[in-house]
Amino acid sequence: MKKFALAGNPNSGKTTLFNSLTGSTAHVGNWPGVTVDKREGVYKKTPNPVQIIDLPGIYSLSPYTPEEVIARNYILDEKPDCVINIVDATNLERNLYLTTQLLEIDVPVVVALNMMDAVEKAGDKIDAAELQAKLGVPVIAISALKETGLKDLMNRAYEASGAEREGATVLSDTPVAHLIGDVKIALKGQNVEDPLFHAVKLVENDSIEVEMHKETTPMIEEFKHTFSDEVFGDDFEALIADGRYKYISKNFASAVTKKEKDTLKMTKSDKADKVLTHKIWGIPIFVVILFAIFHLTFAEDFLYLGAIFKLPTLEELGLLDEAGEPLNAGVLILSTLYDGQLSSPGVFINNVWNDLIVGQFFGWLGGLVEESSMAPWAIGLINNGIFDGISAVLSFLPPILVLFLFFSILEDSGYMARIAFILDRMFRRFGLSGRAFMPMIMGFGCSVPAMINARTLADEKERTATIRVIPFFSCGAKLPILTACAGAIVAWFGISNADAITFGMYILGIVAAIVTVLLMRSTTLKGETPPFIMELPAYHAPQFKNLMAHLWDKTKHFVKKAFTIILASTIVIWLLSHFSFNWHFLEDEQINESILAGVSQFFQPLFTPLGFGSQLGQYGWVFVVAVVAGLIAKENVIATFATLAACLMAVVGMDFGKLAIDAEDGVDAVQAMIMATGITVPAIISFIAFNMTTIPCFAAVGTAKAELDNKKRYNGTLVFWLTTSYCIGAMVYTIGSWWWTLFIWLFVIALVVTGIVLWNKYGKDWRKHLWARGK
Amino acid sequence: MEKTLDQFSIGEKGTVKRVLAEGKIKRRLFDMGITPGADIYMRKKAPLGDPIEVTLRGYELTLRKNEAICVTLEVEDK
Repeated sequence: MKKFALAGNPNSGKTTLFNSLTGSTAHVGNWPGVTVDKREGVYKKTPNPVQIIDLPGIYSLSPYTPEEVIARNYILDEKPDCVINIVDATNLERNLYLTTQLLEIDVPVVVALNMMDAVEKAGDKIDAAELQAKLGVPVIAISALKETGLKDLMNRAYEASGAEREGATVLSDTPVAHLIGDVKIALKGQNVEDPLFHAVKLVENDSIEVEMHKETTPMIEEFKHTFSDEVFGDDFEALIADGRYKYISKNFASAVTKKEKDTLKMTKSDKADKVLTHKIWGIPIFVVILFAIFHLTFAEDFLYLGAIFKLPTLEELGLLDEAGEPLNAGVLILSTLYDGQLSSPGVFINNVWNDLIVGQFFGWLGGLVEESSMAPWAIGLINNGIFDGISAVLSFLPPILVLFLFFSILEDSGYMARIAFILDRMFRRFGLSGRAFMPMIMGFGCSVPAMINARTLADEKERTATIRVIPFFSCGAKLPILTACAGAIVAWFGISNADAITFGMYILGIVAAIVTVLLMRSTTLKGETPPFIMELPAYHAPQFKNLMAHLWDKTKHFVKKAFTIILASTIVIWLLSHFSFNWHFLEDEQINESILAGVSQFFQPLFTPLGFGSQLGQYGWVFVVAVVAGLIAKENVIATFATLAACLMAVVGMDFGKLAIDAEDGVDAVQAMIMATGITVPAIISFIAFNMTTIPCFAAVGTAKAELDNKKRYNGTLVFWLTTSYCIGAMVYTIGSWWWTLFIWLFVIALVVTGIVLWNKYGKDWRKHLWARGK
Repeated sequence: MEKTLDQFSIGEKGTVKRVLAEGKIKRRLFDMGITPGADIYMRKKAPLGDPIEVTLRGYELTLRKNEAICVTLEVEDK
């Protein structure tokens, strides 16, 4: 099958084109650098199907960032049959800069002039025929979004792929043209492929190339001695970059006809920008938007209407029966929206999904199994092992999707990139650039793509620090831990608001990230603050199609996980909790004799300083199991509680006089744990904090390993996660239980900070001193 | 009159004369189109005055004052 590679600037619509061509739902966003690895798909409408490879967005083929190297190596080594260079027509000058570099490679190139609809809408005109004549390769106007011109583009690419093409350069007017020609001939003599491309790069003194063609470099050095340009001296890298832009502005200005515009008139994008990145209001607006998102997703008391107007509950309205259940189906439906307080949209969707759909369905299914003639252990496995586990996970689909929808809107609209702009100054204090904000905020969705996105950070140390703290930005899978535990605290202890606890835990994660980044950047990951030079894309309204694609992708991923890895682990946990060490099947009441209990009790004392260890008595090991299960997937934490709740209910229910709790709900499952172990509020919060900051799930750990690509850094990362979470858990628990321990912690922190500051200042002298004495 | 980009006030315009930087930063500035002859328009400053946002070659670019100090421009005398 023929291979076509898509190459172009970040944010030029490459991924949208890829999705339109292959029907895939790859992640598309409105900020530079959403695609960081290459992705493959198939286009079927050419005479023979072709493979499409979506390369990361790049501005240049320089050797400085990993994604540029990925794209460059792919084109040079894998030799695609055609390179489709996608060019943002609204930003022609800078986009063609990459084109001039791609043209130097001996590969067929077709230029796709994207966003022509936006150009026409602005009243401008671009002459595609003139561009084609000047570039010497086919130029086709398309709109990736509206899917126009795609067929034509692919047919032309297919035609072009049939013929060989020799690289051509636009640098023939520059003073180094002669040198490039000589080096090219020398390389050709050595049978080097793509001689022109390598020649230009060698003249640029490109680090990768110099390493590869050591024998040719003396020739360039010699030339350099005899040469001096009045502007650039002997800096050929600068001279060549300048040569490209000079050529572009000289030759392609005539192809563009700009409508006479009043330059003082602001576009819609400018107006939005003026407010959103305002000097004073920019940061408060961002905080308000973030809070609004959490309020819309999690608030039980929407706009605090219930508290303000003291609205009557359903019970006070006489709509519940004596057992506290809704009188009829109508009341049940009403209860999803209103019960003394109005549900926020997120909570409403959540209630509909859980009370009306998941709850009813699994209740019905469980009833069928219960009445069947299967053996009691099989009924137990299916109902308590499988159904409870899955439904506990599925019950969290709504908040994850709603939260994800909001983040997609922020990203699609181009606001995320502005947030990086606003926050850069703050990030610099911690030794990061504003760009690091992007992977971090993506961490709220899922750590895996976030860690991959961290590749856009060119500085290795900044990247390592960012990857390490990404899990602290609580991902979708950790949300169930938060909502279930917070819900249980509200329900069981009758204190505080669920959304306040949730918001607080998110803040705790962010603070942990800031503090640990600061620590790392001043100890093990010292280095200069990396540069921040970034394009700000124009604002645009989020595309409905795009948003739905994001959500569908997320749903698919989540449901797939629920039915594979999480299902497998809940079954394993159920089995381990229902068999003793000599493989006897145990009744629910005998759970303390199980393999699971035995092993976990052994590790239980480890968690005593965190509040969920030995002090919880004979059933306290459930929290240990949850933590370990969470290492596989964070959804497992609550799924584990749900699986174990049934057993504990059987045991503890007798002790406490049969409190009816439906284990299929995550909140109730946590309540069962509270009842069985007597865990305190600070200990529950410590448990949440520990899970949020400890080693993330399998998938994220694997991604971190691949992205760090350095054994020492990877091991350091695992140790870092464990120590951080342990310290945070202990801090939350002790301060929550005994407020005066705050002073002990402050003292320890002060000691550590002083130690680091002194070490950084005088450490070198001390080491020298010790070294001298040792001699 | 010559002036470095970090000294610009909002709304000021200039033409790049030279870029004095090293390695990664120099290449990045060049790749993003900050080459001699490019016209740059200072659009705005972030809260706290840094980074800055400029318009050049028909698009918006943000960079820090630290990096902007490397770019020297020719501005018209008032």
